[in-house]
Amino acid sequence: MGGERTLRIWRGDASGGQFVSYRTPVEEGMVVLDAILRIQAEQANDLAVRWNCKAGKCGSCSMEIEGRPRLACMTRLNLYPPEAAITVQPLKAFPVIKDLVTDVSWNYEQNRRIPPFQPGARDPDGQYRMAQCDVDRVQEFRKCIECFLCQDVCHILRDRERKDAFVGPRFMVRLASLEMHPLDVADRLPLIKEAFGVGLCNITRCCTEVCPEHIQITDNAIIPLKERVVDRYYDPIQRLLGWLRGRRGGTARKLPMSQGPASAPA
Amino acid sequence: MDVSEIQTFEHDVLVIGAGGAGLRAAIEAKAQGMDTAVVCKSLLGKAHTVMAEGGMAAALGNADRRDNWKIHFRDTMRGGKFLNQWRMAELHAKLAPARVRELEEWGAVFDRTPDGLIAQRNFGGHRYPRLAHVGDRTGLEMIRTLQDYAVHQGITFHMECTALGLLKDGERIAGACGYWRETGRLVVFRTKAVILATGGAGKAWRVTSNSWEYTGDGFAMAYEAGAELMDMEFTQFHPTGMVWPPSVRGTLVTEGVRGEGGVLLNSRGERFMFRYIPERFAAETAATIEEAERWPDDPQARRPPELLTRDVVARAIRAEVKEGRGSPHGGVFLDIASRRPADYIRRKLPSMYHQFKELAEVDITRQPMEVGPTLHYFMGGVRVDPDTQMSNVPGLFACGECAAGLHGANRLGGNSLSDLLVFGALAGSGAAAYVRGLAATPKPEPGQIEAIFRQATSYLNRESGENPYLLHEELQDLMQSLVGIVRTGEELAQAIERLQELKQRARNVKAHGSSQYNPGWHQAISLQSLVTSAEIVACAALAREESRGAHTRLDFEGEREEWGKVNLVVRRGADGRPQIARVERPRPPRYLEEIAHATIEDLEAGRVGADAPDEV
Repeated sequence: MGGERTLRIWRGDASGGQFVSYRTPVEEGMVVLDAILRIQAEQANDLAVRWNCKAGKCGSCSMEIEGRPRLACMTRLNLYPPEAAITVQPLKAFPVIKDLVTDVSWNYEQNRRIPPFQPGARDPDGQYRMAQCDVDRVQEFRKCIECFLCQDVCHILRDRERKDAFVGPRFMVRLASLEMHPLDVADRLPLIKEAFGVGLCNITRCCTEVCPEHIQITDNAIIPLKERVVDRYYDPIQRLLGWLRGRRGGTARKLPMSQGPASAPA
Repeated sequence: MDVSEIQTFEHDVLVIGAGGAGLRAAIEAKAQGMDTAVVCKSLLGKAHTVMAEGGMAAALGNADRRDNWKIHFRDTMRGGKFLNQWRMAELHAKLAPARVRELEEWGAVFDRTPDGLIAQRNFGGHRYPRLAHVGDRTGLEMIRTLQDYAVHQGITFHMECTALGLLKDGERIAGACGYWRETGRLVVFRTKAVILATGGAGKAWRVTSNSWEYTGDGFAMAYEAGAELMDMEFTQFHPTGMVWPPSVRGTLVTEGVRGEGGVLLNSRGERFMFRYIPERFAAETAATIEEAERWPDDPQARRPPELLTRDVVARAIRAEVKEGRGSPHGGVFLDIASRRPADYIRRKLPSMYHQFKELAEVDITRQPMEVGPTLHYFMGGVRVDPDTQMSNVPGLFACGECAAGLHGANRLGGNSLSDLLVFGALAGSGAAAYVRGLAATPKPEPGQIEAIFRQATSYLNRESGENPYLLHEELQDLMQSLVGIVRTGEELAQAIERLQELKQRARNVKAHGSSQYNPGWHQAISLQSLVTSAEIVACAALAREESRGAHTRLDFEGEREEWGKVNLVVRRGADGRPQIARVERPRPPRYLEEIAHATIEDLEAGRVGADAPDEV
């Protein structure tokens, strides 16, 4: 590579804005964030953009590049035809603060609503024991870097604007990581069903497609949570057993997991 | 300026920085009943701790039952070339296992041993597999665990808020000033204690693994407030950063690659590390490839030289490149592809696989990586009391990378994450004890707040001035070429002279635009701390006339006995320039000295150190 490229970057704030074109020199191996930072250093010192690690590990530089939610630090310029301008804009599902920076504080509020990890007792020798095969799934969820690209692309949050009713894919992943943690003893299923709105997800898998960590959000987190809700609240045998045990539902977190798609209420 | 109109918060304890150390400190202070707040420059959970990859060192003894705190302590002292603070190395080795288990209790999911316990991996300078880890994303696991725990403890978080300076009431701390990045509005924190957890100042160099946040804010604020800094000449160059493509030069490649069996090769395909084994480590390092290949299965075989300490490996790579045996892009080769199966590599090093695939178009399961040294870590920092983490300024505490003492002249990989937890917790309890003992709430002396804000807003208000980004690049080139991995007195003196000029220019940069989320303004402000930190490093490096650990002087080769007896302590002089003092090292208790200098055989057989107390 080498030569120059054009970036069309959205500049503005909550009151409005427009795309501004910048031409900047580029070299081999550069990513979109490199080009943005070069423009910032040389042409537009006050261009607002979040970034930290520049290696796909912190999830700060989330934005929409050519209409797709992406991490700017992991998006190489050579992904796009050399002559065309590359269009860069802030995440659409969250309010703009300035330029490429959005207000993602709603996500931090959702996280605080989730009842925290609650471990059971240690073994008599003071250790916790978990088999690797039992934590593989939880470790997949814990790869999440909180870039919120899944939140940005989720139809329920982005198009239907139901932030009041659904916590979004990121927090379904967080809930799944707690519910499937072998040591956790808390029961979050009533919240998952009602307040967190698992039923609203209609399994379009857009979140999974944009996840930079390749977490199988829909198949491994959301669908199993839907199944657990179905098993507890809609399975007649479970309901009968639950009634006999004198409480609603059973020990749902001990139920075996199936991998198939669920016939959950949409 | 009317100070009474500026937004003001009151807390008992203010923690500056929300990486591992800051979060752990806040959790502890809050647990001890303090009204606690955290300010952080980025969003919560984005701090540089997420970049830590390999693991956290703690002698749990899960992977090898022979491990214990004494061996961890001995490894840490040897790795630090005996310049570490004895008490801190002791506290760290003894307390790290409890801090790791506590993290598990708060929800961290470490990789497991076949028995279901926390798995541990080998790392440079550690005698036994000691690093609790999660693949190669241990830092992320740590920060998310602390974050998710902390948000339920009643701690106040002020996100995207940058601290500008400390406030004092006479000699003691009375709070701090800052600004909100989003709006540019100013804010005052009136607090009884401040804990600095701001990390290092790696962004003063061109090739670094550090993010934009690493601008030495804590060093500069402490220095301006009269605190002592120590060991600032010791800046660690991690041996393995990416070297290609140019835009990712310096990005970290975890030592875990070597811990999992990766080897370093030069352009002739030689495992060159066998030629660079220092005398101190010769007795415990394999002498031939054949012996290294038998390790660890054969208990008679010694550790491969690729697992020597970082200072040694970084200098060896530099020498190979300098002598013309480097890789095409000026590094050496790091090969794991020919040594481990592809699925094993993807499982144990997933983010390395991902990082090279996406950023360099290299498949590390099939091809070797190209790597070279990258500025990674400050061993030095604020001089603190080992047990309370308080500086010489009453009410000012520091922990994590921002504090000095645990690592001496060189840090072992994996000792940083455990440092954050151990000394974060001690700083939190130290601050709580200090606040409980205060008779009255300190009040900032008049004029301080106005002076700090006037300076910060001057970059916005002036008519014209230099571009802060381009001046930053100039600083990076200067430090890279004159205060690098190998130093000379002549070059250091030249660096100090040029830094004086740069310091003046930095005061006069211009930030264009408004105060609302303006990175140019933020850059202008952080440039000041960065230049201050750079000057302190260069002055300390000029003063230490020997080569030890991460500090290599071509004009003073080798360790000198007289320099092993002192640490360099830096204070701000009346003229604003760093004043350097040689401070004699405290004598350790007899048992620590014996353990540190024992042969591994005597230590393991209990001929040495048997009478050392296990409690802290």
